[in-house]
Amino acid sequence: MTSRGITTSGSTTEGDTAAGFAAALLRVLIPVVLALVAGGLILLALGKDPIGYYGYVLQRSLLRWGGAQETLTRMAPLLLIAAGLIVAFRAGLWNLGGDGQFLLAAVASAALAPALSPWLPRGPNLIVCMLVGSLVGSLWSLIPALLKARYGVNEIITTLMMSFLGTSFANVMIKLVLRDPDTTVPQTRSLPVDDRLPRLFGTTIHCGLLLAILAVVLVHLMMTRTAFGLKLQVLGANRAAAIHAGLRVERLTIGAFALSAGLIGLGGAVEVLGVWGTVRADWNPALGLLVVPLVFLARFNGYAVMGFTLFFSALMVGGESAARRVGVPQHYVLVLVALLLLFLALVEYLDQTRRKS
Amino acid sequence: MPRAQTADAPGSGRVAVAALRRVTKRYPGIVALDAVSLEFHPGEIHVLLGENGAGKSTLVSLLAGMQQPDDGDILIDGVPAAIDSPRRSMDLGIGAVFQRVLLVPSLSVIENLMLGGSWLKPLARTTALRRFEELSTLLGIRIDPHAPVSGLSLGEQQQVEITRALWRDEKLLLLDEPTSMLTPQGVADLGRMMRRLKEQGVALILITHKLLEAYEFGDRISVLRLGRFAGDIGPSRLKAMSEAERTDTVIGLMFGAAGGPSAATDAADAPADTAAAAAIAASDPGREQELALLLGEKLHRANTVDRARPPMLSVHALSTAPDFAETPLRAVSFDLWSGEVLGIAGVDGNGQKHLAEVLAGQRPSWRGRIELAGADITRGGVPERRQRGVRYVTDDRLGEGTVGTFSVATNLVLKEIGSAPCWRRGISDWELIHARAREQIQRNDIRTPSELTPVGKLSGGNVQKVLLARELDADANVAILNKPTYGLDLHNQRLALDRIVAAAGRGVALIVISTDLDELLEISDRIGVMFQGRLAGVVGNDDAALDQIRRLMAGAQA
Repeated sequence: MTSRGITTSGSTTEGDTAAGFAAALLRVLIPVVLALVAGGLILLALGKDPIGYYGYVLQRSLLRWGGAQETLTRMAPLLLIAAGLIVAFRAGLWNLGGDGQFLLAAVASAALAPALSPWLPRGPNLIVCMLVGSLVGSLWSLIPALLKARYGVNEIITTLMMSFLGTSFANVMIKLVLRDPDTTVPQTRSLPVDDRLPRLFGTTIHCGLLLAILAVVLVHLMMTRTAFGLKLQVLGANRAAAIHAGLRVERLTIGAFALSAGLIGLGGAVEVLGVWGTVRADWNPALGLLVVPLVFLARFNGYAVMGFTLFFSALMVGGESAARRVGVPQHYVLVLVALLLLFLALVEYLDQTRRKS
Repeated sequence: MPRAQTADAPGSGRVAVAALRRVTKRYPGIVALDAVSLEFHPGEIHVLLGENGAGKSTLVSLLAGMQQPDDGDILIDGVPAAIDSPRRSMDLGIGAVFQRVLLVPSLSVIENLMLGGSWLKPLARTTALRRFEELSTLLGIRIDPHAPVSGLSLGEQQQVEITRALWRDEKLLLLDEPTSMLTPQGVADLGRMMRRLKEQGVALILITHKLLEAYEFGDRISVLRLGRFAGDIGPSRLKAMSEAERTDTVIGLMFGAAGGPSAATDAADAPADTAAAAAIAASDPGREQELALLLGEKLHRANTVDRARPPMLSVHALSTAPDFAETPLRAVSFDLWSGEVLGIAGVDGNGQKHLAEVLAGQRPSWRGRIELAGADITRGGVPERRQRGVRYVTDDRLGEGTVGTFSVATNLVLKEIGSAPCWRRGISDWELIHARAREQIQRNDIRTPSELTPVGKLSGGNVQKVLLARELDADANVAILNKPTYGLDLHNQRLALDRIVAAAGRGVALIVISTDLDELLEISDRIGVMFQGRLAGVVGNDDAALDQIRRLMAGAQA
């Protein structure tokens, strides 16, 4: 996962050039089609009806209004996590601790929101809770960030370890400290529906989606149009060059980690404040690691990530009921994602060889 | 092993260790090798001469199994062999030492040497150490087998590479420009090693830019030009010739015997990428300089440094903290004036890297003081020093000097990210960055398809032009250049030196670190010698300089 690989090949990433957009689109669409076909063949081999399966997925997740709303709502945390991962990955920092950062932030905001709601009006309360959520996410990345910046400790290991600790810690907090005494199942006190993130134009979609889209766009602009973004990219592409050019590598590392984990934490806060209103013990959607392949598929491009997130979110929403109807395991969706990654790498490889010869 | 012997004409009944029969290799748009036939005999040092792009490196990569020929045969011991992998090449008894060091820096010398073994067999450390000792004796080198490779100087790393290339009693040894990073002493050592191997009956292929080395070491000289075999001089003919005759012949072969017209036609046929050769043929004044450099002539520049004024840079008893297996600086002091070129000579690994880095602000100083135009800048980092006009051209051009996957334009502003005028309040002005890049590309004659091309796709000479354009800008006061011509072909060496001299003419104070004494004698006003982290002495560049420098390099006190 160094500078060559999937990350930067094919386009100059440091500036936002529109050149080769069609070619880039093609390089994405071909693998998608191939993955769907190969996935269909697997279904056929299992004796299931692939057309039926894809049809159900499409109908359930996008064509029906209720399903479409669900799909879009599901996108919000995915997009915020993706935004966070783009910041870190572009800086060459493999923040794989998204789950812990996400869950701790979710628990923090879930505990804080009902506690503050008697004192604060809805808007300020939600804003405070989201800020606290991202701060908690950032803080949880501080140890890996410091270890990486000061001693060059591999952040893949430290973030994963902190993630395990974080998810366990979140559970402990719910069970021992933040537990709602009125329920039998351990969970935080529920935030009333009226105090949650406002819905958009009479739909069930909460405004966290807009926030998430804004975050992705801002991250993309930051990466391509600002000095800070370019510095992060230099750090990610060639650490020695960053030192040589006099960039403050330690500060950049810590800053990138804080921003990355903060966005992921914001994702956790938005999911709780917008959808659930509470966090149950042992709840862990494990979205952090699920988004990693999507970010790679999108080659760390913010706009492309939106498309992939929509695709994945539709698969998640539609896949569950379609799997039940057609009779394949629910995790078949992950098989499709895996196939997609495989074909993307393959198309990338062939494209590179073709260009060389 | 076959006994050492020499014979003149190929095909005199003796079987060559390796032979090429009308070998052709094409790359997109370029014919790198065009029906080349050559033979390599045991006990013979076969020198390959030719400009960058003449096909020497391609030939080496074919024999080393990194590329396969499109046409023609490679014969090993008289039998056609398909060398389809580096492993196969080694199995056939071919050892190779490339221009770039290919060792694992974090492993020790002996671990690196054991890497090529079979997957299943356990590592036999004792056997390996014995073999290492054997080869060390044979080659006459002294390296601690347990030292990590990252701590060795480039020259020592090369010795390890040669050891590895001979690990399995290889009978053909490829040396791709082995002298480009060595000191005169190192070159002499290498020559001794090569002669010893020759006596053992090893066939050696030596690739070099330098004619004098070719005469000194070579038994046979073959010249490649634009992918074609231009001609050769056999052992007995070579011995019979005077140096002037050799030079005439070789120059004739390298640049086209008929001179102007035929060379110009070749250049017209050649694609732009073989720029070096084409440019030589195309521009006459350039070619004159080229030839001058090739023949070891010096372009002395007038000494106009005004030492009555206060120095631009003052270094007082500067030391650096010892870093893992690197030679630190020990109490280095010197003054440097505007418009002066201070050459720094010395065997590689005697503290030159620390000197460059500590002056650039990339490495903290431990003790001592640095003053720039009277102001103490000892504490500042790279950004502060750059703002004051301190510039640093690193020798690790692709490793730290540039970001290979980023565009030429971005690399040209790599050290100014965030500052005006290309950034306003942290927002990038890409149009301005690209426009400035286009202008710099034109002014500095950087050969690139566009300013958006990733810098890693450019040739070495053009990457160096990018670095020189970035560092020797109008605001430069002091510039440190580490091995500014290392790995470049003659044309680009010339250009780099010209640019350095021009910067001195504009009043920049320059420190040029190099292991090439000829180059330092050509451009420096004074030359300092580094020995074990100290500045062993600084001598004026006069007729006695060379002898003094040699003594200082060997450790004598000034």
